[in-house]
Amino acid sequence: MARRDEHMQSFGTRLVQFGFLVVILALWYLATNRWGINRLLLPNPIAVWHQLVDVLKSGEYLPDLRVTLTELGMAFPLALTSGTLVGYFVSRTGYTIRVFEPLFAGIYSIPIILFLPLYILFFGLGPASKIALGTTISFFPIVLSTIAGFGNVDRMLVTAARSMGASDYQLFRYVLLPAALPVILSGLRMGFTVALLSIIGSETIASLAGLGHHIVQLAEAMELPRMFAYIVFVVGIAVLLNGIVSYLEARGRRRA
Amino acid sequence: MSGHVRHFLLRHPGVARLGVVFLILLVWEIAARWVIDPLFISPPSRVFTSLGTVWTTVGVPAALRLTLYELAVAFALAVAIGLVVGLAVGLQPFVRRSLMPIILLLYGLPQITILPLFILSLGIGAASKIAFGVTHGMFPIMLAIAAGVQNLKPILLTSARSMGASRWQILRWVIFPHMIPSFFSGMRLGMTGVLLGVLLAELYVSTAGIGHFTTQFTETFDPTKLFGLIAMLAAMAIALNEIVRRAELRFGRWR
Repeated sequence: MARRDEHMQSFGTRLVQFGFLVVILALWYLATNRWGINRLLLPNPIAVWHQLVDVLKSGEYLPDLRVTLTELGMAFPLALTSGTLVGYFVSRTGYTIRVFEPLFAGIYSIPIILFLPLYILFFGLGPASKIALGTTISFFPIVLSTIAGFGNVDRMLVTAARSMGASDYQLFRYVLLPAALPVILSGLRMGFTVALLSIIGSETIASLAGLGHHIVQLAEAMELPRMFAYIVFVVGIAVLLNGIVSYLEARGRRRA
Repeated sequence: MSGHVRHFLLRHPGVARLGVVFLILLVWEIAARWVIDPLFISPPSRVFTSLGTVWTTVGVPAALRLTLYELAVAFALAVAIGLVVGLAVGLQPFVRRSLMPIILLLYGLPQITILPLFILSLGIGAASKIAFGVTHGMFPIMLAIAAGVQNLKPILLTSARSMGASRWQILRWVIFPHMIPSFFSGMRLGMTGVLLGVLLAELYVSTAGIGHFTTQFTETFDPTKLFGLIAMLAAMAIALNEIVRRAELRFGRWR
């Protein structure tokens, strides 16, 4: 009986979730077709769907996608290497942690997007300013999680390994790294997500090319059906990339 | 003597931290004065002494006030929406199971992609910035509050009910005190989101807010004023973050 209740309940919640999506789509359709909401502001869902199919078929997104992925491909590795290296060296002694950790945490609490105008002044409107901003924004979660990961390794484990005669390399490879890796990996995932967001964001704010730039162009040309389609496309790309990174994180955790 | 200094620094990491900050400023000062083109970077001493001129630039105080107003309204709205939805989601199992996946889905989407839509539908004034700040700030608040009331021990509810408490009394004396810590940690996360949303929208397009001036100072290659304005905004962000963090520390540990 209890199982049947549970079954009914999960059916009910699925129904509500499904219904939510259907109602949104229905309202959207009715608003554009029946209630005469301005088509310039809210395009018809069917038109958006046709545009989405067209965007995917024509492959016109390729140049912009390449720009964005190149920026991400530069920014994230830079943040990864600098963040983990700086984090590792800071975490070597309790003293350096106490000196540097509040410094990084303090800067991290400022919305770093504020530096975008400066970066545009330094590096111009091209990809360089996006790479710099993406690197800066994703550096902080990575460095902080690396410090937290290496800094919180149980002293007991280190002492035990030492007393059994572990070399520096062995200590790092078999004690420190496995103990710190889960925390570092979640920092890396966060770093990746914010790098992607800040790159698309800075492309939206001021740029010459890229996925964010393309959305703005379509908005300025008032081509809303195509813009909606493009937004769906970009969101899909972001969800896909974040999904891959989450999968890699989970795998890395199991390996550790 | 040097042993003394070493000892002092070892016992006071905060002083060493200040030393690091000072060193960075010194390198920046030297680089900006003698190495790098003054069109792009300005030494910290000049930025500091010119804070006054930034402040007296026509429109800047009004722009900062406008941004602060947008932040305050957006934060209040985000807290109100987050509180209502968070309580509903946290207290009603059916609502939680049906809405939680939708909330998590929406929270996970890159909202920056729909920023141009906000501007198109709400205009380039304060409304679009406030709306974008609200959508960034409300989700973390909802999730924190939902998680907070969800952890409520059922025995507390049962015992309150068996002692004959009314619905309102349970809400006021059991649920409300219990959710205070998560409410304040949600406020802290929400403030981070609101700052991000409002500043993103401001930088994207603005006619009277700070976004207008950052663009203007960038285009006229005026790094001194740009640094000064960004320093003021950073100070504003730090102050707002600090207020909610203090509130969290003060009210978060009542038990």
